[in-house]
Amino acid sequence: MFKTRLMPTRKFPGRFESLVPISNFVAQAAEQAGFDDRGIYAVRLAVDEACSNIIEHGYGGEDRGSIKCTYEVLADGIKITLQDQGIAFDPAAIPDPDFNVALEDLAPRGAGLFLIRQIMDEIQFAFDSQRGNTLVMVKYLSS
Amino acid sequence: MEISKTEYKRCDLIKVSGRVDSNTAPEVEKAFNQVIESGKSGIVFDMEDVEFLSSRGIWVLLEAQKLCRRENGKLVLVNVNDNMHQTLDLAGVKHFVEIHDDITEAVGSF
Repeated sequence: MFKTRLMPTRKFPGRFESLVPISNFVAQAAEQAGFDDRGIYAVRLAVDEACSNIIEHGYGGEDRGSIKCTYEVLADGIKITLQDQGIAFDPAAIPDPDFNVALEDLAPRGAGLFLIRQIMDEIQFAFDSQRGNTLVMVKYLSS
Repeated sequence: MEISKTEYKRCDLIKVSGRVDSNTAPEVEKAFNQVIESGKSGIVFDMEDVEFLSSRGIWVLLEAQKLCRRENGKLVLVNVNDNMHQTLDLAGVKHFVEIHDDITEAVGSF
């Protein structure tokens, strides 16, 4: 007998107005997974950063594509998958920002990805010409 | 998102209610810039009702801090809730900004 894993999926327009419904979609998933308020907020933040990057950098602006968001409640956490049809994203090309510099020398590039890396326990990026970019993020309850 | 401003002698208090994300951060940036363009170099950012702060919002704060400091002023934070502390800690940017426990203390720091 096959056991079907429940993986709710929603597609959102690639615009900044979507950040709120996307945030609410993953927040209720994080709550289902058993995260406390702090954990739920962290999940909201990581997903917001990823989606903002998709819109701004992947699509180069609003209303140029959509974001497909899927979640899976795990026994010990949550897995969130974001898919977009924007330009291929190479996270290795983006270093963490350096905050140990003078205020005047601060540069914003990479801050969103840095936060995602701080929050999520596992992150996988993939690109292929058919599916576009796929970002899988996992956060464990114990982290 | 709502923004309100209260003027003091040496600073303006900017209070934001709602989310500060890629959608709304430009409005907050505009509010900060208006304070500086008015000739004041002191900003107190009341975060009591800020529900969410993303990296876009953090950069707006830091850019405003840069502008204030150029004019020998500063931007300070007040009423920073747990989620905001978490965000600022994760980003590692707290050393760029004073955090005060209440508005009287924050305004008095100018």
